[in-house]
Amino acid sequence: MKALHKLIEERVKPNFTGDGKLKRFWVVFDALETFLFTPGHTTAKGVHVRDGIDLKRTMFLVIVAMIPALLFGTWNIGHQYYLSLGDITTADPWTAMFLDKIIVGAIKVVPLIVVSYATGLGIEFVIAGINGHAINEGFLVSGMLIPLIMPVDVPLWMVAVATAFAVLIAKEVFGGTGMNILNVALTCRAFLFFAYPKQMSGEIWIHDVMAAKSGGLLADGYTGATALGHLANTVGQPVQGEVSNGVMSMFADGGMFSLMNCFIGTIPGSVAETSALAALVGAAILIWTGIGSWRIISSFIVGGLVMGAIFNLLSLNAYMTIGPVHQIVMGGFMFGAVFMATDPVSAAQTSTGKWVYGFLGGLFSIMIRVFNPAYPEGVMMAILFMNVMAPTIDHYVIEANIRRREKRLTAAVA
Amino acid sequence: MSGQKYPASNSTPPDVDNAKRLGHSTGEFGTLRSTFSAQNQHVTSDMPATVKIRKGLDIRLKGGVQGASHDLPASDRFSIHPTDFHGLVPRMAVKAGAEVKAGDVLFTDKKNPEIKFVSGIAGTVQEPVRGEKRRILRVDVVPSGSGVISGATIDPTQPDGDAVRAAMLSMGFWPMLQQRPFAVMPASDSTPRDIFVSGFDTAPLAPSAAMVLEGRMDGFRAGLAYLNALLPEGRKVQLGIAQGDTSFSGVTEADMTSFSGPHPAGNVGVQIHEVGPMNKGEVVWTVGMQDVANIGEGLMSGSYVGKRTVALTGSRSQPALLNTTIGVPLSSVIKDRVMTEGTRVISGNVLTGTVRGDEGALGFHDQQVTCIPEGDDPLFFLTKGWLGPGFDKFSASRAFPTWLMPKGKEYDLNTNNNGEERAFVVTGQYDAVFPFDIYPVQLLKSIMVGDIDRMEKLGIYEVAPEDFALCEYVCTSKLAVQDIVRNGLDQMIEEFA
Repeated sequence: MKALHKLIEERVKPNFTGDGKLKRFWVVFDALETFLFTPGHTTAKGVHVRDGIDLKRTMFLVIVAMIPALLFGTWNIGHQYYLSLGDITTADPWTAMFLDKIIVGAIKVVPLIVVSYATGLGIEFVIAGINGHAINEGFLVSGMLIPLIMPVDVPLWMVAVATAFAVLIAKEVFGGTGMNILNVALTCRAFLFFAYPKQMSGEIWIHDVMAAKSGGLLADGYTGATALGHLANTVGQPVQGEVSNGVMSMFADGGMFSLMNCFIGTIPGSVAETSALAALVGAAILIWTGIGSWRIISSFIVGGLVMGAIFNLLSLNAYMTIGPVHQIVMGGFMFGAVFMATDPVSAAQTSTGKWVYGFLGGLFSIMIRVFNPAYPEGVMMAILFMNVMAPTIDHYVIEANIRRREKRLTAAVA
Repeated sequence: MSGQKYPASNSTPPDVDNAKRLGHSTGEFGTLRSTFSAQNQHVTSDMPATVKIRKGLDIRLKGGVQGASHDLPASDRFSIHPTDFHGLVPRMAVKAGAEVKAGDVLFTDKKNPEIKFVSGIAGTVQEPVRGEKRRILRVDVVPSGSGVISGATIDPTQPDGDAVRAAMLSMGFWPMLQQRPFAVMPASDSTPRDIFVSGFDTAPLAPSAAMVLEGRMDGFRAGLAYLNALLPEGRKVQLGIAQGDTSFSGVTEADMTSFSGPHPAGNVGVQIHEVGPMNKGEVVWTVGMQDVANIGEGLMSGSYVGKRTVALTGSRSQPALLNTTIGVPLSSVIKDRVMTEGTRVISGNVLTGTVRGDEGALGFHDQQVTCIPEGDDPLFFLTKGWLGPGFDKFSASRAFPTWLMPKGKEYDLNTNNNGEERAFVVTGQYDAVFPFDIYPVQLLKSIMVGDIDRMEKLGIYEVAPEDFALCEYVCTSKLAVQDIVRNGLDQMIEEFA
């Protein structure tokens, strides 16, 4: 590898430095070179040794934690597709047409990832070039999160527009990586949700379900809606009414959205959000490596369980009769808890603050989804709301610390 | 060796987790005293109350020192770096070429002329080494002739505060004192609320108290007695010791608190924070344990004593424990014991030490020299870099498989930055190694925006740059944390100037 490094240093680098032809692309060169080789920079002042970890490794490990969700999601896209066509039955989810499912899934997922990274990194490179600063690795994670929370059949141009919006408005205007107030990936999703409400609802959660429906190919019971979409229909309906009973039967044991199916994730939904199990594997990796905040993940889940339990006790409508555990394995709750709420930049920064932030995030996620059928995906709204509240939470935690110190001072002076 | 010298045994009975126990002292140190005596009623002086430090990190490096010390031959130079005293502007008291005796004044503090810096040996003063704007970087004395300045002795059993102060100022012991807030040398008329001495060093590869104080316990105790005379009536020096360490048994001249846990448990700042946290307007002095012995032996004999037992450590050295003096050139310490090619020679430990060039001397307050390899090779991402397995990387996180290794495994770390400086992203990292009731990130941010009021509220008076050394070590974004803290303290000094 010494030879490669020498080649880069002697042949490639001069083009980008000084009067080189490509000097305006220095940022790109720098990003790629430091990607290949951690520079031989040594500590200058202060500590003489540094921890082995850097931002690249950190971001890479977050992506590793997302891989189970990504792989499962890819498989599940194909799985839902063939289920909706009636080509397979729920009886043989794992064995039938495994390769076909993966291929269908990959055809949907890979372009999403490519579009997300190309758009986001393109903007990052340009802005870093204009401002003359190094490219931060923050988008490596955001760029993977964005495709994972997209509906399967979302048009790619929308993904590009939403990614551009999120990177520019949620991040770069605040000063780039580390400065953003809102989670970039969720801002992307929220932008789509509000800018293209028509295209972002209805039959985009299963690949080609619209065509299947118009062609009369749809299997029985398939509407293309997600679990939360179905449940939203019960709001305002009598608890034991016809509509409610019809929907609730899908959530009973053996139904399409049974507790087990929701937990494993063999249900329609965004690309990688459906599997609570895959999200938990990701959580294990994040907590184990010490990169994700176990405080946020655990308090988020507890918050959701508490709200779900309260609703369950009240059982004022059919939606509330869903058990708390069932509530938190549906929709994007677990994915949000593990990968969105834990974004260290937009979350609360103090340990105490993280408990409050996570708990309220989980609480509001379930509350929004049950109270407001217009926002079936309450997790997105709840986390964005908590992103905004996080500095306030931290403020009160810090103020308490300041007051402790002032109290000590007055005691000492008295 | 590092991290194992003070096994965190839980067997000692009086294990009082008394963090913040003095958080609400009333009256002028009234509760401070009463809390101590209340605890000491059921705790004998041999077994002081133990404070458990939970946050921190022991960086386990190769090249720890073991065994007995031996004397380093007299070196060819005595050097003193005025830059070891933050903010000091020296005023030369002698001209180049002048002959001085051991204990003769070389220069004084321009702002505080009563504070003298003396020569440790008899010899000829050299032309000072100067840097930018003719700032004096180093004053050298080359040995020649003989003679020792001798003054009055002070009885350690009945020391008079004013006499001790005058003697310490005139004989050159004052520079051994450090004060908080601001982590500087105290002014000559400063009166401290307390004097803290840390009786152990938990920094990577640091020598133990038993190693550096061997045979000097009488001097150490006398030093404590002299320092007590500088405190308000009835107060004693606060001595922090390692849990289970018996080196200080029988020391009655100080109030002892024992500490367990990882580095920075041995940092005096942590000990102040646990025993009697500082408030705005209060001044606390700190003294290194070897300097307590120097003060003790010096005031008893009536002449300057500047002994230093130095641990030569690090993977690039043949570790040794060397008896020498303050002002010894580093070249004498590392001679024949260090492979200098590609080596960084650090005066002090790897977290807070300084690099002093080929001709530099041991840092005035340092008791350790660490030699580690420079890490200036680029690291290919798949083998040694960020995507590599990382079997040789030591990390506070579990991002590398080395956390699976046995606890005692020692690492050969080099000076590579292991990444580039980045925006601040990861949270909670500093808190895990920062055992203060202070929010480190928020304090750093207030420093960076220059908000004096906020710095004060967030506790800047209680900290010194060294307290943030581990934060800097673990930082994913590779920020220069200690430098930021120093900058903040300087802003405070200017504000009060």
